[in-house]
Amino acid sequence: MAQVVLKDLNKKFDEVYAVKDVNLHIRDKEFMVLVGPSGCGKSTTLRMVAGLEEITSGEVHIGERLVNDLPPKDRDIAMVFQNYALYPHMTVYDNMAFGLKMRKFPKSEIETRVKDAATLLGIQDLLKRKPRQLSGGQRQRVAVGRAIVRHPQVFLFDEPLSNLDAKLRVQMRVELKRLHHDRLETTVIYVTHDQVEAMTLGDRVVVMKDGLVQQVGEPLELYSKPRNKFVAGFIGSPAMNFIDTTIVEAGGALYAEALGLRVRVPPDRVSRLGPYKGRAMTLGIRPEDLREAGGGDPQDLVFEALVEVVEPLGSEILLDTRVGNQTLVARVDPTVRTRHHQKIRLAFVPDRIHFFDNTTDEAIA
Amino acid sequence: MTALRQEPLAEEWARQRARRRSSVLARLRSKPVAAFLMCLPLLVLIVGLIIYPFFYSIYLAMLNKRETQVVWLDNFRFLFTMDTFWLVVRTSFLFTFTAVFFKALLGFILALVINTLPTRGQRVWRGVSLVPWVMPLALSTLGWWWIFEPTHSALNWILVELGFAPKSWLADPFWARFSIILVNVWYGTPFFMIMYLAGLKSIPLELFDSASIDGAGPFQQLRFITLPMLKNIIAITMLFSTIVTFANFDIVRVLTRGGPRNETHLFGTFSFRLGIESGDVPLGAAVALVMFPILAVSAFFILRGVRRSVV
Repeated sequence: MAQVVLKDLNKKFDEVYAVKDVNLHIRDKEFMVLVGPSGCGKSTTLRMVAGLEEITSGEVHIGERLVNDLPPKDRDIAMVFQNYALYPHMTVYDNMAFGLKMRKFPKSEIETRVKDAATLLGIQDLLKRKPRQLSGGQRQRVAVGRAIVRHPQVFLFDEPLSNLDAKLRVQMRVELKRLHHDRLETTVIYVTHDQVEAMTLGDRVVVMKDGLVQQVGEPLELYSKPRNKFVAGFIGSPAMNFIDTTIVEAGGALYAEALGLRVRVPPDRVSRLGPYKGRAMTLGIRPEDLREAGGGDPQDLVFEALVEVVEPLGSEILLDTRVGNQTLVARVDPTVRTRHHQKIRLAFVPDRIHFFDNTTDEAIA
Repeated sequence: MTALRQEPLAEEWARQRARRRSSVLARLRSKPVAAFLMCLPLLVLIVGLIIYPFFYSIYLAMLNKRETQVVWLDNFRFLFTMDTFWLVVRTSFLFTFTAVFFKALLGFILALVINTLPTRGQRVWRGVSLVPWVMPLALSTLGWWWIFEPTHSALNWILVELGFAPKSWLADPFWARFSIILVNVWYGTPFFMIMYLAGLKSIPLELFDSASIDGAGPFQQLRFITLPMLKNIIAITMLFSTIVTFANFDIVRVLTRGGPRNETHLFGTFSFRLGIESGDVPLGAAVALVMFPILAVSAFFILRGVRRSVV
C-alpha cells in the first residue's frame, strides 16, 4: 500500500554511471516493469530501492518516507531473486518463516501466515523439504512465498523467471499476474530483460538503456508510440523494420524514398516532416503492419519485394524479404501463398509508419 | 633338403614368438592388470612408508629394552604406571584442544575480516597471513625461542616498558605451556583462515542480500547463514587440525624439549625422549602407538564428514 518515487537517482561504479538521472513515480498497487538489455541499469535501480546498493545521489521514497538511509530490513519490502536465494540449510517452512522470526512475530502468527502462503501457492506439501529436493518451479514458488508471508508494502522481483524453462516461465507469468490482481494488491517493481514478460505483466513498463530511462508507459503505448528508435526496436517481436530513406517532395506531396521503394508520407505527418526535405531519415514499420497488397491499395503505399525465406508459424507467416539493398520482415496471413525467390507486392499500413531522426534517434510524430 | 626342413621350423618359432608376445600384450591390455600396474607406484609408497613402519612399530613396542626378547604388552603396562606418562596425556589433550580452539576462532575472525576487504586488497593480506604456515616450523620456532628468551629479548623488554614484571617464559610450567600453545596457534591459524575463506567465498552473495531484507543484522547473518553454511568445513578443518596438532613435535622440541620437569611434553616429544634420547626404543614406540587409536577415531570422523559433504 505504497507508492514508490525515485528522484534524480544516480549510481556510479568507479567513473561509470550505471544508473543516470532516473525519475519514476510508481503508483500504489501498480505493477511496474523495468525492462532493458543486460547492463542497462535496471537491476541496479531495483537494488537501490531495496537498499542493497548504495545510492550515489538522488532520492528513493517508499510510501511517505525518504528511505535513502534506511537499511533494507526497515524499508518494508520483500524481494525475489533470480537464483531464488533460498537458504539451502533450512526447510521450506523455515525459509518462509525466517523473515518473520527475525521480526519477532509470535509463533502461531508465523505458522498461520506460512501455511496460508503455502496453500495459496500450492506448496503446502513441500514445507518439510530442503530446497535441493525441489524442482526449479517449486523453488520459485517458495521464493515468492517467502516474500508474500511478510505482507510488505512493495514487492521487488529481480528476473524471477529467467532460470525456468520456457513452458514453466509462461505458466508462472500467468500465475504471478493473477496473484497480483486477485490476492496481493501491492505495489510491484519487476525487473526483466524479456520484453514479452514486460508487456504481459506490467501495468506500466519502463524501458532502460545505458542507465537512462528511454520511455515510461503502458505496454500498448510503448508498442504503438515508441519515443525513439531503441524502444521501437526493443518492444515487439519480430522487431520493427528500419529502412534508410530520403525524404523528397514531388507534386506537392512528401515521399520517403529508398532503392526499390517509394512511400507517400501520410498527409497528417507532412508538417512535422517538412524540415527533413532532402535529408536522410529512418522509416520504421512493424512486420505486422506490412500486408500483402490487394487491388484497392493506393500505389504510393505499395512496393515489390523478393521473398528470401518463408517461415510458416501456423497462425501467421513470417516473410524475410529483400527490397533494394535492405531486408524487411513481414508478418502476413497464413492464407498468403508464396515461395522463396518469388516476388510479392506488400503494402504499408499508413498510420502505423514511424519516422526517426537519424541524428537523435527520436521519433518524429 | 635341409633348407626345406628348416623353413617350417623357423616359421613355427616365429609363430610361437608372436603368440607369446601377443599373449603378454593381451594380458597387459586387460583392464584389471593395467589398473593394478598403474596403482603399483602408489601401492609401493603406501606399503613402504606407511604399512611396513606401522607394523614394525607394533613389533618394536612388544620387545624388551635391549630388543632381544618379545615381552608382549609389558611396555604398555609399565607406561600406564608412570606418572609422567599421564602428565603427557593431560598436556597433550590440553595443548591440542586449546590450540585447535584458538586456531579455529582466530582463523574464522581473520577470514571474515579478509573477506570484507575489497577484492584488490584481499590477495596481499591473504598472502601475508599465510606466511607463518608456509615457513618451516622448526625455523620459525627458533625465532620464537629468541623472542621468549628472558633477559635479552623483545617480549620481556616490552613487558617491562609497559610496567609489568618480566616472565621466565619457558622455565615456568604455566607460561611454557602458554608459549607452545601460542606458537602453535600462530603457526596453524593461517590454515584455518584459508579454509574458511574458501568456504566464505562459496556462499552465494544473494543469500546475504536476502537475509538483510528478511531483517537479519550482521550478527544474525553470521549465526543463521554463514555458520550453518560453513558447518561442514568447520568440522572437517577442526578434526584435521586436531590430528596434526596432537602429533606436533617441532615446537616443543625447539622451545622447551619437554621441560620444565616434563611439563610440556607431548606424545611425540615424549616418545622421542624415551626412545632416542634414553635409548629405550620399544618404550618410545609404545608411547607413539598410544596416539594411534585417538587419531584413528578422529580420522574416521573426518572421512565420514568428507563423504557426507560430497554427497
